Amino acid sequence: MSGDILIRADQLSVGFQIGKGLFNKQILKAVDGVSVEIEKGSFFGLVGESGSGKTTLGRAFLKAVPITGGHARYDDGEVQYDLAELAGPQLKDYRKRAQLIFQDPYAALSPRMTVRDIIAEPLEVMGLTGSRAETDERVREIAARCRLNLEHLRRFPHAFSGGQRQRISIARALVSDPKFVVADESVAALDVSIQADVLNLLKELQRDLGLTFMFISHDLSVVAHTCDHVAVMYLGRLVETAPTRTLFHAPKHPYTKALFSAIPSLDPDDRGKAQKLEGEIPSPTNQPAGCKFHTRCPYAVDRCKAEEPVLEHADAQGHDVACHRWRELFGAD
Amino acid sequence: MSSLIDVENLTLQFRTDEGLITAVDNVSFSLKKGEVMGLVGESGSGKSVTAKALMHLNARNAVYGPDSKITLHLEDREVDVLSLQKPSELQVVRGGAISMIFQEPMASFAPAITIGKQMAEQLMLHGNMSKARAREISVEMLDRVGISDAHKRFDQYAFELSGGMRQRAMIAMALSTQPRLLIADEPTTALDVTIQAQVLDLMKDLVDEFHMGIVFITHDLGVVAQTADKVSVMYLGELIEEGPVREVIRTPAHPYTQGLLAALPKLDDLGAPLTPVPGDIPSPLERPSGCVFHTRCARVIGERCWTDLPGRYDLDASHSVSCHLYPEGEGA
Repeated sequence: MSGDILIRADQLSVGFQIGKGLFNKQILKAVDGVSVEIEKGSFFGLVGESGSGKTTLGRAFLKAVPITGGHARYDDGEVQYDLAELAGPQLKDYRKRAQLIFQDPYAALSPRMTVRDIIAEPLEVMGLTGSRAETDERVREIAARCRLNLEHLRRFPHAFSGGQRQRISIARALVSDPKFVVADESVAALDVSIQADVLNLLKELQRDLGLTFMFISHDLSVVAHTCDHVAVMYLGRLVETAPTRTLFHAPKHPYTKALFSAIPSLDPDDRGKAQKLEGEIPSPTNQPAGCKFHTRCPYAVDRCKAEEPVLEHADAQGHDVACHRWRELFGAD
Repeated sequence: MSSLIDVENLTLQFRTDEGLITAVDNVSFSLKKGEVMGLVGESGSGKSVTAKALMHLNARNAVYGPDSKITLHLEDREVDVLSLQKPSELQVVRGGAISMIFQEPMASFAPAITIGKQMAEQLMLHGNMSKARAREISVEMLDRVGISDAHKRFDQYAFELSGGMRQRAMIAMALSTQPRLLIADEPTTALDVTIQAQVLDLMKDLVDEFHMGIVFITHDLGVVAQTADKVSVMYLGELIEEGPVREVIRTPAHPYTQGLLAALPKLDDLGAPLTPVPGDIPSPLERPSGCVFHTRCARVIGERCWTDLPGRYDLDASHSVSCHLYPEGEGA
């Protein structure tokens, strides 16, 4: 990949201890040895089913869950941090550089605060502004960018529709002038006619403010339209990553292929042509041996059940895939 | 094929502290046996409320318009749904001839009662059968919808099942009474795409097998394209376009339907910009006058759009639209 790398994860793992007691300790590996690079100024998409670990990976990059293995290096040109060891004043500094936009704009905003107070809160908590006047100016500036006017700032969240609320959430996330923003299913709760508007706004803000976005979504068509680079996760593992166009035109992993063909086509004459995936994602506490996907993979052979594939380069343009058989199955695509 | 259910001039308002809120305004449609109708619309469009009206299931503060009429045609009789009052009368539309599956299967099953007990309970209620027979039918049905170890699952609780499995169990429960009409309210929205594809396939198989009518409520036009025979599009309580699925999706007539389709990210053209429908959906308290869509419509043609509610215009025998762009009252 060309360009500067903002976040470079190296064998990053996040595990949660489940079950209490001396003999009942069990570790749930939500993210398991993920190595990935997020280029500065890119719109990086992360897709996968529920339980794939995509949200946990996003939280790990925000240092919102403890990193239990590996490293993640953050370098925005001003500061360099190792996220696994981040603590104290450095962590405080990182909080304003990395922000999260939530999924549900109805749950994310306090009903008892005015929109102005909601947006200003991060500034006050982090002590980023010196006076109330300065805070107000900063709030107005970011609100205008998110297409909220002065009248809006005086009101309470209940007076707004879903799309407007999501714009308030975005303004709140961006008010501390972050470099890196994780948007976790940020348009999933919105209606279709509004969704496109919020996506366009995110793209515009990314361009104007030079942000790096990590866009987590289960909706592949949304990801296809907004992201430059996409990574696909399955059971805590990265199975494929590539520039968006490459990934959508020539996916090399059977799981990615299956995900694409499961999207309901808008063409009524396309019915029943999709290649359907059997079964469901296994429980992360009871993971299959070998390739995690072999229990549902139509191409699985004995080797897949025994040996776990590693991520390898499919080309020199940043297309990586973790599958034993990609070369023989889809190498020619 | 004969008609299964006819909805005529359905108007539905809710009495609230802020006054009367119109949720559905003069909506008419009918569904034939074995037909799948997609009911499409965004939040607040009145699609769920319309579907619930078919079971006379709306809250106590609901006020039905005087001309509203819903007729269910059964083999042996006709049921005037909105005139049903007593619980014993209502049984026929609530789990008897009509069943419903919901979006959130976790919220639809009682958490402290086993799946099996809930399935058997409704069978004993509607089918007047013994406990043993109800269990037999339920297990058979669980097996039919692709749940392995149906015997074991029958005695489990909802939390022990995965999301996809829960939705299958929900479908099994809804179909075990052999309804003539199934109302599916966003049944796949909470599921992952791969599981969604499985559930949609299952539903298609079941329509073929049981030959029932389905009202499929969704906001996802892709899901509609894959499952429905015909589509009705709703916006703020108005039925604005109706027609066969191919026609509505390929040649949408109403600016809103066109806008919805344009706002969808398409996989065959990644470079295409996303075109949102401008503005926000108005609050039901501030229902626009005239055509309800005029506040967001890019093709407003004049004062008429602000003041007059457009009438229904038939583009052909089965495809109709309500918009001033089309000459009113003409057509069939």
